[in-house]
Amino acid sequence: MTWFLRNWDQVAIALGEHLLIAGTALAVAFVLSLAIGIAAARSQRVFDAALAVSGILYTIPTLAFLALLIPLVGLGKVNAIICMVAFSLMILVRNIATGIREVPAEVTDAARGMGMSRREILWKVELPLAMPVIVAGLRISAVTVISVTVVAAYVNAGGLGTIIFNGIASDHPPKIVTGAVAACLLAIAVDLSLAALERRLKASRAVA
Amino acid sequence: MLASAWQYIVEHPDRFGAALWRHISLSVAALLIATAIAIPLGIWLARRARVALFAINAANVGRTLPSLAVLALMMPLLGTGFTPALFALTLLALPPILINTYAAVRQVDPDVIDAARGMGMTQREITRGIVVPLAVPVIAAGVRIAAIQVISGAVLAAYIGGGGLGDFITAGIAMMQISLLLVGAIPATLLAIGTDLLFGRVQRALTPRGVG
Amino acid sequence: MIKLKGLVKQFAGAPRPAVDHLDLDVAAGEVCVLIGPSGCGKTTTMRMVNRLIEPTSGTIEVNGHDVTHMNPVELRRGIGYVIQQVGLFPHMTIAANIATVPHLLGWDETKVARRIDELLQLIGMEPESFRDRYPRELSGGQRQRIGVARALAADPPVLLMDEPFGAIDPINRARVQDEFLKIQRQLKKTVVFVTHDIDEAIKMGDRIALLRDGRLVQQAPPAEMLARPANGFVEDFVGADRALKRLSLITCVSLANPGSVVGAPEVSADTSARDGLAVMLESGARAINLAGGGVVRLEDFFARTG
Repeated sequence: MTWFLRNWDQVAIALGEHLLIAGTALAVAFVLSLAIGIAAARSQRVFDAALAVSGILYTIPTLAFLALLIPLVGLGKVNAIICMVAFSLMILVRNIATGIREVPAEVTDAARGMGMSRREILWKVELPLAMPVIVAGLRISAVTVISVTVVAAYVNAGGLGTIIFNGIASDHPPKIVTGAVAACLLAIAVDLSLAALERRLKASRAVA
Repeated sequence: MLASAWQYIVEHPDRFGAALWRHISLSVAALLIATAIAIPLGIWLARRARVALFAINAANVGRTLPSLAVLALMMPLLGTGFTPALFALTLLALPPILINTYAAVRQVDPDVIDAARGMGMTQREITRGIVVPLAVPVIAAGVRIAAIQVISGAVLAAYIGGGGLGDFITAGIAMMQISLLLVGAIPATLLAIGTDLLFGRVQRALTPRGVG
Repeated sequence: MIKLKGLVKQFAGAPRPAVDHLDLDVAAGEVCVLIGPSGCGKTTTMRMVNRLIEPTSGTIEVNGHDVTHMNPVELRRGIGYVIQQVGLFPHMTIAANIATVPHLLGWDETKVARRIDELLQLIGMEPESFRDRYPRELSGGQRQRIGVARALAADPPVLLMDEPFGAIDPINRARVQDEFLKIQRQLKKTVVFVTHDIDEAIKMGDRIALLRDGRLVQQAPPAEMLARPANGFVEDFVGADRALKRLSLITCVSLANPGSVVGAPEVSADTSARDGLAVMLESGARAINLAGGGVVRLEDFFARTG
């Protein structure tokens, strides 16, 4: 505890790095998944193919993935971000596609009947109604991304993992505990806030 | 690089074999222990809503914790080596199995249970003959998720002296020897993908014919 | 066959008992319909007979035995149980579903197989085609009939049925009801049948037991309850059109006189009196001729209902 109090600035910097990398990765993953997910919602074949490929990527152990990227992109933040984007694809694509598909047929039918174009229906009706499911996917991906970032410190990406690795290397338990607990608290905080958001979205879109 | 990685394995079969064996035994042991605890617990909790609330919430929190953080926390508590790694991996495997088992049992159609009770089945007969077969597919999905978590986590076990394929990866990165890194990374990847395919088969095989 | 004496069920926290000192009996081979407004205790009463709900006090006798102290599991294996949603086991074939209680009772396989085929024939479903199918491949009406077959599998003397046909669409419901009546005429089971539909009660019941607030208001055969309702509540419950409902219980033949009226519409002899009246109203005629001889005039309806 005392180590933390004396070095909280170090922890804060690491936390900032952690959020930066994780946030960037999540944003990139989201944009990519949105494009793929919308296509997958319309076509069962795209859906199956996208899920098959992203499913395989998701299975690869974190450290192994980061390591495999080293001969390709070296060490550093880019390595970590590519890995995180790959991991997030499966959940995000699946949730976006499923969320769009689950919009009740009568709602899209009414929109078409009112003269909305395909694009308008997508952005004004389908995606907004799919938000609770999409946020549920973001929640899982956010937690995954935070977890990967912890490991990515080993390939020089920065983040809270650096404190943990430092602690292990120098056999300094306070560092290990501080880094690990900070990472856990971050994951829990992000999970709870997105859960609250998910609940609020679900409530505001309830049909009954 | 691939060639020199293969060369390494050929030249150091016992070292590679030991690491591979350690990796597999850690994973299998953690998964078995977690399954042995979480499935009965999940079934037991399904009928006790108030206790279940607490347990399931704890499991949900557990599921979000970064794997490396959990492994690292073992060091000040239990030291390094096989046992702390096994402990951490078991902890990581518990939440998905518990949550899926609980959900699977709760989601069995209450009308089906009522009909079974009304016909004179005992609680045990209902659990064994009705609830478990119907719950198995979702439980299997949970075990599959846990298996992937555990294999991935076992790679990280290298950091707390647990051994396994992660040793080659960390050594390879530390010494900037790509071929050594690949000796760990590629088999670990193949192991994970293979396990996922295997569990996918098992899951499909365990799904009763009239369902899903 | 079934005797309920002073039966009481008080749920914790409820202002009044769900079942309040109920005395009811069901004769062997009789279909007794329990009916009443929601909350009257009809389902609770039925579920106490096989002790899915335990009585607070009072006794239940089935075939002379006091079941309140029997092993409930054994009790239930001797009573057929059919619920509205059927509750077929989705992971088992139709045959396995039907065979559930026989298996619990340890019947040998040949006996079980024979019984399954027998029951499928009874409910009018070809054993060859249906034995190995799964519940999700069947329609709602078919599932309901399998539910009845499953309840009859171990040949229990008593059947409990809780709104069994409520989830079927009206057209198929009439068919399933008719089929059940046909089976019942053959098997003569003692049936406790819960429904909220007065028309179903009149059609299915040998006797109707009308409940209110956990108490028995009147128990009588349908014709009697319609002709002589015990009080204002019964009158309201059976409906202001009870005179018409009574007509559905008798056929035109029972009102007919010999002869015929030229130009009057013709109906078959087993047409219900109610349908006969409807034909008259539609055609504007004041008489209908019965196929095979006889005529029913409008005045004949009044003569009868007096």
